[in-house]
Amino acid sequence: MNELLRDDTLRRLGPQVLGVLVRRGADFATAEDAVQEALLEAVRRWDAPGATAPSDPKGWLVTVAWRKFVDARRAASSRAQREIRVTLEPPTGPTEQADDTLLLLSRCCHPALSPASSVALTLRALGGLTTAQIARAFLVPEATMAQRISRAKKTVTGERFSEPGDVRAVLRVLYLIFNEGFTGSPADGVDLAAEAIRLTRQLVAAVPEDAEAAGLLALLLLHHARRDARTTAAGELVPLDRQDRARWDTATIAEGVGLLQRALARDRLGPYQAQAAIAALHDDAATADETDWPQILEWYDELARLEPRNPVVALNRAVAVGHVDGPLAGLRLVETLDAGLPRRDATAAYLHERAGDLDEAARRYAVAADAATSAAERTHLTKQAGRLRHAPG
Amino acid sequence: MTKYLLLKHYRGIPEPVPGTDVPMDRWTPEEVTAHMEFMGKVIDDLKERGEFVDAQALSPRGDFVRYGGEDKPPVTDGPFAETKDLIAGWMAIDVESQERAYEAAAYLSSAPGPGGRPLHEWIEVRPFLTDNAEVTG
Repeated sequence: MNELLRDDTLRRLGPQVLGVLVRRGADFATAEDAVQEALLEAVRRWDAPGATAPSDPKGWLVTVAWRKFVDARRAASSRAQREIRVTLEPPTGPTEQADDTLLLLSRCCHPALSPASSVALTLRALGGLTTAQIARAFLVPEATMAQRISRAKKTVTGERFSEPGDVRAVLRVLYLIFNEGFTGSPADGVDLAAEAIRLTRQLVAAVPEDAEAAGLLALLLLHHARRDARTTAAGELVPLDRQDRARWDTATIAEGVGLLQRALARDRLGPYQAQAAIAALHDDAATADETDWPQILEWYDELARLEPRNPVVALNRAVAVGHVDGPLAGLRLVETLDAGLPRRDATAAYLHERAGDLDEAARRYAVAADAATSAAERTHLTKQAGRLRHAPG
Repeated sequence: MTKYLLLKHYRGIPEPVPGTDVPMDRWTPEEVTAHMEFMGKVIDDLKERGEFVDAQALSPRGDFVRYGGEDKPPVTDGPFAETKDLIAGWMAIDVESQERAYEAAAYLSSAPGPGGRPLHEWIEVRPFLTDNAEVTG
């Protein structure tokens, strides 16, 4: 097989080529189809017996994709006899590439799209994943995912775009992609968490002055570093305080901490930086007992100031309060929160156990297990209830 | 080949085998782990035999929902009363015979419970109706 086809070259080039087309003024949906066709043609041509790949594969792809785009537009508008001006531009340098990344990301993460649609479109247009791969990662039939992407492209085509794109919306979508890979099963073939990190790196390169983009990348890295220790070989969850910290990835932690420090130095604090700071403090503790809870609580106070109406923040802050001011203080906060809030019972159970009320802790873990949204979480919470009910004494 | 659905129930099954009817949140963590590992092994074995189609666990939370009439919100009934049948999850398999489907269901039912003893859990076995009428001759 041709060298360019063997590695990830095509997958990496696809989004860059799409960026060039869109920057030249091509509409997103038609351009995306054109790039997919150009990639298929590349596979056919370059892999033919005796074929040699072009010396400038990106230039080749841009030429072919642009031709396909023009053909598609001509076919669509032949009646209107609209003329399409073909611009001949020099190859793009790194600056244009970074701009293209931001341009594409802001289209894929447009607020008019549902989160699920943004995630799918981003993975295809920027991740360079095939529809089949994305469908597998989200456990839906390929035809369903194809339709979701197609509807998303139609929605985006009708929208106007303000420069330079909404970085906040992009951050949310990247965070969602990471979470899907973090809480879901290690999907066959596609590592969504790693993909989210790769895309966030591209975003940070495109908006190097944005402290929250760097904060998100730091947050993802600081969580990703614990991934191997988060589950047993059988796929069961291991909570943070029971993880084998020797299995944490220290190089990734160091990178995350460095990014976070540079982001904080910009003095533009936001929720992602605050969450990254909390993750960094957890990662910094050699044992669970050495966790610097007072400092974590300070960061939760910051986070609660930034997002005063976020109940998840309030719930997590209650855990920190439980460690600093005692479990009963934490419980008082938990009980003020809405009963339907996810993980509220699990948090209450954790604090009741620390307060020494094992019966109530077991009961709340069992309630939490019934409300769990993932099989791994359900098993984990069920075991917590059983552990307390079989505790000696 | 025929596809079968193997259904696990939280409730609404025939009388359980005496001594096996302990809710899972009262098992020891080791017993839960052993049970889950066995389930994983059942799936691996079915994959290995080329019989596995799909498996999914379901939350015990849910409602009955029906059409409420034009311009009216859906009507819901729930959460389920304690007496109602409640499906816990399914496994879909594609096998040569009904005998083989029953064998797979019995294997699933032999999963360990408290004390590591087989649960003898009732599994509901339902053949899929196929899309195509088989024409012979």
